Amino acid sequence: MSDQPRPPEGLEPPLPAAEPAAPEPTVEPEPEVSEAVPTAAGEPSRRGAGLLRRLLVPALSVFTALVFGAFIIVLSDPDLLALWTSDPLAAIGESLAAVGDAYAALFTGALGSPQAYLDAFASGDIDQIIAAFNPISESLLAATPLIFTGLSVALGFRAGLFNIGGEGQFYLGAMFAGFVGFSFLGLPWFIHLPLAVAVGFLGGALWGFIPGFLKARTGAHEVIVTIMLNYVAYRLLDWVLRESWYQRPGRSDPISSPVEPTAVLPPIIEGLRVHWGFVLALLAAAFVSWLLFRSTLGFEFRAVGLNPSAARYAGMNISRTLILTMAICGGLAGLAGATEILGVSKVVSPGISPGYGFDGIAVALLGGSSPIGVVLSAILFGVLRAGATPMQSATGIPIDLVVVIQALVIMFVAAPRLIREIYRIRVPETTGTEIMAQGWKS
Amino acid sequence: MSATTAAVPRSAGINRRALGLSIFYFFLAAVIMLVFVSGTSPDAQTIFVLNLGTAPIVTLPEVAVPSTMTMTLMAAVCAFCGAMQLTRAVGAKWAILLTIAMIAFISAFLTWAAAEKSMNLVGVFQTTLFRAVPITFGAFSGVLCERAGVVNIAIEGMLLSGAFASAVVASVTASPWLGVIAAVIVGGLLAWVLAILAIRYVVNQIIAGTVINLFAAGMTNFLYSRVLAGNPDLNVPPRLGPISIPILSDLPIVGPILFAGNFFVYAVFVLVVVIHFALFHTRYGLRVRSVGEHPRAADTVGINVNFTRYRNVVLGGMVAGLGGAYFTIGSTGSFEQEMTAGRGFIGLAAMIFGGWTPVGAFLASLVFGFADALQSRLSILGSAVPSEFLLMVPYIVTIIVVAGLVGRVRMPEADGTPYVKE
Repeated sequence: MSDQPRPPEGLEPPLPAAEPAAPEPTVEPEPEVSEAVPTAAGEPSRRGAGLLRRLLVPALSVFTALVFGAFIIVLSDPDLLALWTSDPLAAIGESLAAVGDAYAALFTGALGSPQAYLDAFASGDIDQIIAAFNPISESLLAATPLIFTGLSVALGFRAGLFNIGGEGQFYLGAMFAGFVGFSFLGLPWFIHLPLAVAVGFLGGALWGFIPGFLKARTGAHEVIVTIMLNYVAYRLLDWVLRESWYQRPGRSDPISSPVEPTAVLPPIIEGLRVHWGFVLALLAAAFVSWLLFRSTLGFEFRAVGLNPSAARYAGMNISRTLILTMAICGGLAGLAGATEILGVSKVVSPGISPGYGFDGIAVALLGGSSPIGVVLSAILFGVLRAGATPMQSATGIPIDLVVVIQALVIMFVAAPRLIREIYRIRVPETTGTEIMAQGWKS
Repeated sequence: MSATTAAVPRSAGINRRALGLSIFYFFLAAVIMLVFVSGTSPDAQTIFVLNLGTAPIVTLPEVAVPSTMTMTLMAAVCAFCGAMQLTRAVGAKWAILLTIAMIAFISAFLTWAAAEKSMNLVGVFQTTLFRAVPITFGAFSGVLCERAGVVNIAIEGMLLSGAFASAVVASVTASPWLGVIAAVIVGGLLAWVLAILAIRYVVNQIIAGTVINLFAAGMTNFLYSRVLAGNPDLNVPPRLGPISIPILSDLPIVGPILFAGNFFVYAVFVLVVVIHFALFHTRYGLRVRSVGEHPRAADTVGINVNFTRYRNVVLGGMVAGLGGAYFTIGSTGSFEQEMTAGRGFIGLAAMIFGGWTPVGAFLASLVFGFADALQSRLSILGSAVPSEFLLMVPYIVTIIVVAGLVGRVRMPEADGTPYVKE
């Protein structure tokens, strides 16, 4: 690997002679969590107030999306609608109750209820305490793949690339890691497990390498290529699951053999489902953070993202950067697939991803394309996903409400002016995505 | 002598492509000989059936061809194309050679797949057209939006919403036509949201499209579980059945393929002509294209750039909504969750493969529809080819096209770029 950091000068290496060719965004040394682009409007970002202001849009976006979700809950209930026409006053109360019940079920389902924690601790029984933490475990479990795919999209954004192919890369990662997981017999776990995870990374990286290579060599837009590769990946998985070297012997339905115990990601705490993949996801976030803000390679990524012509002028190898970025993006999404297979399902079957690749876009946008932001927003979406099932069983509101809420969150985060107009406040105009390519143009 | 020396330095890149194409044709010929011919018994026959329907005016005889001889002939055609490409200055005529080679290869493939069996060619082509219909609507939606400079990857969401709206409205009103209208309106509304996000709020258009796709998938799933599942009578729309055009539909071969479709099939035929004419032969089309190519210049001569974009995106959404209605009242009837299954993205692929033109998009949709029809036919025949690979064809072809490996398509210059007045 050539991504050795420069000798510790403290600051990042300066970008020599970038200024002449860079008309607007100037590259400056940035701390860990930083805005992607100095605001074009020239708003000075003060550090202390800046953090709060940066949290304002994401927070309001989530809040507004939940409010919209509340309207959807009310409007989709025929009984409530009938009540609105006959007795509006009672309908207000009933509607609020319906929405309150739904969201209460969602959040207690995802975080646990205070009463359950109190009872568990009062009993002093270790098993009960662990059981009380089950909702949080489920939320972190749901957040794990989202951290990986969110990092994948965020890293691409930083380099000016839109990786919409997380879904396909997830599939490849799952397919590769699963194959190593069930077909290599007799290895000790400390070889088998890392090998399966690494091969999962490679599978995703291969699926990310193709669009990166094509973009670097031919200018083919990565959005088109990654969309198409998503569907190729679906078909590829359908195919391998019917091949004798992949399908479980003796089965006619598309399913692989179970992953060997030596390749399984064990739970962090026995009795809860959240597994070491979550820790791996946090390590990946730390790695991406280091890569982007502390390594020469990451500096090149960001320089290419901010201004490719300036980066080229400074002697950076744009092709290499594009290919490497896409391969690492793909590898991160591949890790999501690998950890899902090795930690959760322990078997490869069709439909292993309920849209984790696309959720990664939401996570990266909400997190402002910073690794810490990605982790936090992935946990938030994990809470929504994990809480959706208890909400459905408690109140009958379908889990798909969460997908709608996610779509609305992306919309508000991507259009901060919308938030500004709704709340009549001043919000920063930047979302961390301005740097990426617009439309089909490379 | 001077002619050759002049040609060589100019076309160094083209020569490499010619060499690549030539190798590709020889490769096709080799595949036919080594895989298809050697895997078929020498005296096998392939029977192609050319009749469909109950009482055609003319009943055509079944065509039985000797399998290996036909395939060898097709291999020779491919090899001939390769030789032509290599030895002659084919120049701009390379596309013709590619078409000939591909047709030869597909013929050989069909002969091989149906060796010692019979295949109803008319049936395959009819299925091709049916499978191509929703893809074409999606592709037209893309053409309308992107010619005006707005990227539309929300075609999938618009198809899905159109399918849902038409199923529900047609069930409630017992009128398929009201279902069609509802689908058009819903598609237009979603497109209007896309336009607002892309134009007014200058949201990255790919993100805006993703939002709409997620929203449509989430919303239709949500409403399906919450409303339709408990009220099955809301999901039994009347269907628009086939309309056989008298006399024409009785013609051999073309009759059952072209003149026995339903409303949506004819709507595709009409839309190809209308959109092509409107885009390339009217003042409206000139304006749309100028907005998509060079909005600043269009603005300078007094064209309202953003209004043109709004209008075209909404029109595109209406076309996609109409295509969505095909899934329910145009074919199976009831709505199912995520029933469009990526057809919108194949439509996007068809638009790109078709070079952002309506005629090209339609032809590309037919190619993709053919791959789809062949796939379902072959899985019935029990062919040795994994059907999944045929289903990959649209996506791989699109990647090859955007990578310019065969011939580069040109997209509208300002596609995806928001226009902000200075």
